[in-house]
Amino acid sequence: MFDKNAKPSPQRQRQLDRYKQLVERLSPNSDMGKGLFRAYWVGGAICAFGQFLQEAGKMWLGMNNTAASTFCSTVLVLLTALLTGIGVWDKIGQYAGAGAFVPITGFANAMVSPAIEFRREGLVLGLGAKLFTIAGPVLVWGISTSVVVGIIYAIWPW
Amino acid sequence: MQGTIELRHRPRLCMGAAIAGKKEGEGPLGKGYDQIIEDDLFGEESWEKAECRFFYTAADTCIRKAGLTHQQVDVMLGGDLLNQITSASMAARELKIPFLGLYGACSTMAESLCIGAMLVDAGHVRTALCAASSHFCSAERQYRFPLEYGNQRTPTAQWTVTGSGASLLSSDERLPTIARCTHVTIGRVTDLGIADANNMGAAMAPAAADTLTRHFADTCRSPADYDLIITGDLGRVGHDILMELMKERGHPLIFERYMDCGLQVFSPEQDVHAGGSGCGCSAIVLNSHILARLKAGELQRVLFMATGALLSTTTCQQGETIPGIAHAIVLEGDASCSGTC
Repeated sequence: MFDKNAKPSPQRQRQLDRYKQLVERLSPNSDMGKGLFRAYWVGGAICAFGQFLQEAGKMWLGMNNTAASTFCSTVLVLLTALLTGIGVWDKIGQYAGAGAFVPITGFANAMVSPAIEFRREGLVLGLGAKLFTIAGPVLVWGISTSVVVGIIYAIWPW
Repeated sequence: MQGTIELRHRPRLCMGAAIAGKKEGEGPLGKGYDQIIEDDLFGEESWEKAECRFFYTAADTCIRKAGLTHQQVDVMLGGDLLNQITSASMAARELKIPFLGLYGACSTMAESLCIGAMLVDAGHVRTALCAASSHFCSAERQYRFPLEYGNQRTPTAQWTVTGSGASLLSSDERLPTIARCTHVTIGRVTDLGIADANNMGAAMAPAAADTLTRHFADTCRSPADYDLIITGDLGRVGHDILMELMKERGHPLIFERYMDCGLQVFSPEQDVHAGGSGCGCSAIVLNSHILARLKAGELQRVLFMATGALLSTTTCQQGETIPGIAHAIVLEGDASCSGTC
């Protein structure tokens, strides 16, 4: 194993391949149809609720477009944080998968759950250091990508 | 072949204790546990301290049930799943029994029994306590995600058991005898290239097959010589793979005489996907259900083999495959007595 260029012997490779096939045959796969159905209906319901919040903001609270969309995000984040805190959101996440984490609700859950979990190790080295363990990678690569796209957009002759 | 040791003095397993969490208590074996702790935190302020208290309580209950004091136990062997096996060592700090900390991932219960039985058999110690613990919440935060994070589990994923089990081995004839330890087979680290940390059963099954095959060759026995062959936490997937591997190796397991603790500890309705896992899984099932059946004479000879996946989050992220290990120990009811080869 310490020789970086060594390949497994043909016999060992056959054993590994055969075992891989056996594992694939005996391991149950995720039920795609059920997963998609759940993700779409929960995700759709969250988005519809978000749209309702925006329209309600504009219609009844006298907000303009920008204020209404901020209002929508804030309420969704607040509700998710609350549901995470009382231990309900992980069940919704388990049920709906991407339907729960693709909307902004997923981001709120990804921030609040480490905050609860690592609070016990202290405010600085616990909560402070671990707050971004889940959301961090998304932020790093999300922001990096947006910078790259922004540069391309700025120099492209449109 | 190598690795099987016959214990000539057949050291006795005198007592067992199992402390389980709430979800385990609601499982099919719930009635057998010595104590069911409804509060996941066990009155402590962190999951790690709670797990330590599970370990302490199992050890303490086992010693007291045998009618001994902590000072009368010569050595304690045990471990858990956390980094630096803190639950076991911090419990040992309170118990004040000479302590050897072990890490064998989920195989720790069998590993501690194997070493304990050899120490007692050789006459180095009179009484040895073997224990292991795991806690769903402390394992989740170390190996996976924060508890409240809403991620989805794959169908092959397993649920870490909250609980701790302890067994007392002794050569003292005044103590009650539940079973006798006759052989141990020490596992070899086996890796057939599984890198998916959500499919531990598949990673550990080859190690289980290796230990079983060597055990049968060394002892000239076959699966039919055992009333029950018990694996630790292979779960649904690992269980099926082991059946298949043993068939290929010419020692097909008898379905009715093979059980996996991970499949027994929870019922399918408890939404645990492929079954239970963790050191505590085999520890609580052995020290409640299996010992009770040995004591009642329902089982005469069993092979207890706990399996462990020797991975860490670091090795996983670096793309290493998962090495597995399985240690086995033969327990015989006190009445039965038969020779080998």
